[in-house]
Amino acid sequence: MQEKIKAKVMDSRKIERAIHRMTTEIVERNRNLKKLVIVGIRTRGIYLGKRISKLIKELEKVDIPVGVLDITLYRDDFSEIEAQHMVRKTEINFSVAKKDVLLVDDVLFTGRTIRAAMDSLIDLGRPKTIQLLVLIDRGHRELPIRADYAGKFLPTSKREQVQVKLKEIDNSDEVLITEPAGLK
Amino acid sequence: MSAFKHKHLLGIKTLTASEIRTILQTAESFLEISTREVKKVPTLRGKTIINLFFEPSTRTRSSFELAAKRLSADIVNFNQASSSAVKGESLKDTVLNLEAMSPDALIVRHRSAGVPHFISTFCRSPIINAGDGSHEHPTQALLDAFTIQQKKKKIEGLKVVIVGDILHSRVARSNIFLLPKLGAKIVLVGPPPLLPQEFKNFGVEIDYNFERAIEGADVVMMLRIQLERQQKNYFPSIREYRNLYALTKKRFKKTKKKAIIMHPGPINKGVELSTDMAESAESVILKQVENGIAVRMAVLYLLLGGKEREITD
Repeated sequence: MQEKIKAKVMDSRKIERAIHRMTTEIVERNRNLKKLVIVGIRTRGIYLGKRISKLIKELEKVDIPVGVLDITLYRDDFSEIEAQHMVRKTEINFSVAKKDVLLVDDVLFTGRTIRAAMDSLIDLGRPKTIQLLVLIDRGHRELPIRADYAGKFLPTSKREQVQVKLKEIDNSDEVLITEPAGLK
Repeated sequence: MSAFKHKHLLGIKTLTASEIRTILQTAESFLEISTREVKKVPTLRGKTIINLFFEPSTRTRSSFELAAKRLSADIVNFNQASSSAVKGESLKDTVLNLEAMSPDALIVRHRSAGVPHFISTFCRSPIINAGDGSHEHPTQALLDAFTIQQKKKKIEGLKVVIVGDILHSRVARSNIFLLPKLGAKIVLVGPPPLLPQEFKNFGVEIDYNFERAIEGADVVMMLRIQLERQQKNYFPSIREYRNLYALTKKRFKKTKKKAIIMHPGPINKGVELSTDMAESAESVILKQVENGIAVRMAVLYLLLGGKEREITD
């Protein structure tokens, strides 16, 4: 399916500033940074998580470990999706028990991914707290879930899609609103 | 990577290299679940699987059982000894009755080749072959390939020597189909009555001299001498078999550096494999068992996941 780009809502500088602001908020809220761990949700949550970890290191000289979570096995629409999603690895090489876990994803939409991610995390241990960071909050929640840190609130229609591109895998930093072409 | 589009897993023969890679790569992701404190993910919650074993098995049956449980599926074990089969119920009737209980998959082991295929002709559930006679044992070959890949980092270009009762071995047959698809070279070794020349038709080499065949091998896969299938005298004595075809330290020295020893189990210790070889650092036999669960989780996930899967067979 062809996609039509409707708007570019963030560029590299805006993304950088948003990450910087959220990182400051994280440091402000988590006095004991030694208990903080970051878990990025595949795929773009990982890179956002790594950027935040690097920034905290620069600001506070504390190393924050970053883990990778694949939520495929915890999806609630598992028997409704057409083909199986390729399962990939969850790589969390530290204990999440008694930690303040910062869950990181690129876009918050229905909230179902976050629900799955929280179930998955709790199976790995009992975190002291789970906080949620997203670059874009686009609304349309189907579950009672909210972000603790959001880069940008972006009101969208359900038909639209929000695409976050990060230079680690997409060669550029930008956020686009797209729409499937030929629907109107 | 391609999605897995088969309804059943009846054998390796009909799988493509890319489908095999999909299974192996999926298994890679499942490996970590068995190391967690909570060894369970909710993926197949609400699915029912029946383990239908008409032939004894400990490893394969419990491996499938654990694989299903770690994916949160419910699994029921059917054992021939305690079933109506002893009262004379036919295979087809047994299966139809079990199917009336709405399972989502049947895992079948039978002493006769072709039984899983036969069941798949009248049953709507996906069928997984857990070993049928001397025909195929697909999940064993998959876990063997997975273990080789894990230890040797690749399969392409490796020399794999399979030794023993090739004629009766479903493990050998599934590996003969699988490993060359991923680029390995296979040499079969065994006493002539247990290794007919016809095996050359599979495109593999055969050699009756273990000393010569083992030279430069990357993987030595020993098979169990199946004493229960040994009504005919395929070789004069266990002692002679051991002299010619057992894996000894001396023979193993001729392999390539860092070669590995595999065995599908159960081992006749002191016959095809000595205790010290089986427990040596080069032996990956217990790794095979460990990896078996991840590989079977991958198979269950790929066959049972998704409602409207596009199925081509």
